[in-house]
Amino acid sequence: MELLIYGLVNSAILAVMAIGLSLTFGVSGIANFAYGGFYILGAYTCWGLFTQLGLPYLLSVILSMAALAALGFIFYWLVFLRVRGMEISEAIASFGVGIAILEFLRWWGFIGFYYNLPGFLKGSVEIGGVFVDCHRLIIIGVALALVIFLWLFSHYTKIGLAFRGVAQEERTALSLGINSDFTAALSVAFGSALGVLAAITILPTGTILIDKGYDALLFALAVGLVGGLESTLGVLLASLILGFAQTAVAVYGATHWMMVVTLGAIIIVLAVKPSGLFGKSKELEERV
Amino acid sequence: MKRDLLKVVNLTKSFGGVRAVDEVSFEVAEGEFLGLIGPNGSGKTTTVNLITGYVKSDKGKVFFKGKDITGKAPYAIANIGIARSFQMVRPLYQLPAFKNIVVALRSPRVMKEIRGGKYGELDDIAIDLLEDVGFERDSFVPYKLASALPHGYLKRMELARCMALRPDLYILDELFSGMSMSEVAATMFIIEKMKQGGKTVIMIEHRLRELFRVADRVLVLNFGRKIAEGTPKEISESNEVKKAYIGVEVELA
Amino acid sequence: MVKEGYRKERLDRGIKARCDSIFMLTSYREILYMLLPRVLPIAALIIIPLVLEVSGQVYWQKVFILACVISLLAMGWDYLASVGLVSLGQALFFGVGAYIAGALNHYLKWPIFLTIPVATLGGALICTLLLAPIIRMRGIYFGMVTLAFPLFFNRIIEATKLCGGTEGLPGLTQFPTIWVATYLIIGALLICLFAFRRIIDTDYGMVLRGIRDNDRAIMASGINIYWVKVQAIFICAAAGAFAGAFMSHHIGIVGMSVFALDMSIMPVAAVVLGGGGTFAGATLGTFILVPLSEFLRAYGTLRIAIYSLVMVVCVVGLPEGIFHYLQRKYHQFDRWVTVEAKE
Repeated sequence: MELLIYGLVNSAILAVMAIGLSLTFGVSGIANFAYGGFYILGAYTCWGLFTQLGLPYLLSVILSMAALAALGFIFYWLVFLRVRGMEISEAIASFGVGIAILEFLRWWGFIGFYYNLPGFLKGSVEIGGVFVDCHRLIIIGVALALVIFLWLFSHYTKIGLAFRGVAQEERTALSLGINSDFTAALSVAFGSALGVLAAITILPTGTILIDKGYDALLFALAVGLVGGLESTLGVLLASLILGFAQTAVAVYGATHWMMVVTLGAIIIVLAVKPSGLFGKSKELEERV
Repeated sequence: MKRDLLKVVNLTKSFGGVRAVDEVSFEVAEGEFLGLIGPNGSGKTTTVNLITGYVKSDKGKVFFKGKDITGKAPYAIANIGIARSFQMVRPLYQLPAFKNIVVALRSPRVMKEIRGGKYGELDDIAIDLLEDVGFERDSFVPYKLASALPHGYLKRMELARCMALRPDLYILDELFSGMSMSEVAATMFIIEKMKQGGKTVIMIEHRLRELFRVADRVLVLNFGRKIAEGTPKEISESNEVKKAYIGVEVELA
Repeated sequence: MVKEGYRKERLDRGIKARCDSIFMLTSYREILYMLLPRVLPIAALIIIPLVLEVSGQVYWQKVFILACVISLLAMGWDYLASVGLVSLGQALFFGVGAYIAGALNHYLKWPIFLTIPVATLGGALICTLLLAPIIRMRGIYFGMVTLAFPLFFNRIIEATKLCGGTEGLPGLTQFPTIWVATYLIIGALLICLFAFRRIIDTDYGMVLRGIRDNDRAIMASGINIYWVKVQAIFICAAAGAFAGAFMSHHIGIVGMSVFALDMSIMPVAAVVLGGGGTFAGATLGTFILVPLSEFLRAYGTLRIAIYSLVMVVCVVGLPEGIFHYLQRKYHQFDRWVTVEAKE
């Protein structure tokens, strides 16, 4: 029972972390390595708005998501657009920006227990003999809501359809009057906002730490590599696999083997199916 | 009857809902010159891609010299002895033309034969090959960067690259497309020489007049299916083939 | 910079044109023109440690060695990039080499002259096996995996207490004198520089670059691109693992910091700053970046932020890199010429 609940919570955390990265990559083929930076920056923005400026919590959540979405948008136009198509440069540029944000914040002195976000709900409930914080249950709820929302969004709204169009065939989408740069910028913005949402959902379980930004990127990558980066279904399944595997290891007393399990999962998946479980094969194909 | 060099059995490939190649079977005998024709989008290039391993087939088998080569990697197939040219040329633009050929000469297949050559021998062989396909050595064309060469030359460079591999089977994918009339004539001369030399060739072409002059046998594809097969004369008289080319008044030679 | 009615023209300097023939040997100026940019940096590499020793700058001696180590990683990165593989985790190679050398020396008491070669080859082998499955993937997958691996190794060592855990493996055999260390790493750097330059200029190197530009043409030529990529990873990993093994013996301890992000970003930033594809650019970049980052050490982690930003600005704004820029200025000059007015 313990395994079931905590496994579910853990999976939800992984899914929420990965979904922003996966969305951006799925739409525009951009691997936004600055994701970890945005994740933490969003958390601090929300913290600042809430505790320093005294805004209501919900408002500060929305504002910080909007702010980071705007930042992601600007980031696309300033950096990505200039190196678009050169994968090496895209990766290096976003990687550099992410690290710059994180290390700058670390230098600025955002360290300590002082920096934490409140959970949405206090207290805990007992399910089947296991006590769980309400907040952890909410994470599961958010994960579910996000997946459902994304599915509805991508299938029934105009922007969502444009996203899918660009994801499938950029040139055709262009010829149909979809501005692929605009869409890609939106996808980066959207991914960043989702990153912030992830941060705000997950971080109340502890304090805000710079290293959690690296963790977020790392786990998002892990989930993406196992599940196949561009596939929402893959992300979902991979977070379940990784989440339960980690929790199982932790429950049976070997907490420190959690990382080994994750790495092992990545290596096994890469060896068997390099594109990830649900990844569209990006292997060689004729590009005429 | 000579033995079959290449045998294709029930090759099938779908892209999304479209059956690009549908149960295509044929064989090529040693020394035969096979033409492969069909309207645009009839699955000719996909067939070639399936044979040479650039696209994985859904169903069907490819045998070469009696061995199953289905699903092998493109470079492995090139080393077994099938060389293909591309319809859309994409050479190594940053390199001189002859270096493009040297890459092919460095493949294991060729290296086995010319091992222990002296320094720079590969370059010499490459330049000779380019001269064979009409790169004027006197005007230093083989030494020019591939990016500086006109399209017709790049097409012929593809041919030279195929020759460099010393293959048992040539697959030439729309070699003449994008060539000027005089270039076609010059290339035709090379092709005819290949035929006289007893080479086995599969040639995809839209220029039927030229193709029918050299082909021993012609295969017609439409909507991924084989609709006719026969000598050029039979094909040019076939009603079904004319129907496939509806709207296009083909003057069959 | 645009001037109305003019366009910029780039021409070779006269002296460059004169240096194309054998008769350059008759003029000391032309000989110097050809030799100086090549010999001077090498001479500087050999002399700087002497100068630092005489002036008693022990700290900067260490920085110099660090720069050499990073430049090995940077050249390895450049080599991989020439096949089109972008590594975002040079720390993987560095760390694996460092830990193998450290473990062999710490637990089995192997001497230095055994641990370093074993770590170099063994580390290269392990890294190649780890990365081999993903070379079939297009695009940025390789970067993602290489980014994730060192971070994971870091966490695993932290969590499982393997190889000393957070404490690391202390008390490794150190080089007898700093001279041995310094000239060993300088030697390795020069060997790598010249070997890589040579490899890239041969037909084999042409195939490498061909794979980056157009793998289809290479495959149609019957060359197994995956095997070539594996070879490239092995060579890059060997350079990195050597650097790691050297470093753990140099400082006498190997700890988790070998997998730190520093080791991954620095080489990339150095190549981007110096200019890729030439290896000399990578070295130049490191010798600018490493001292710079030492100057900034007082600012703590801000230095990482700064050189990440330097990297971003270079990638976006100066894609050719310093080395190519200098090379161009050395051989060519610019001038403005009038554009004939169109009717």
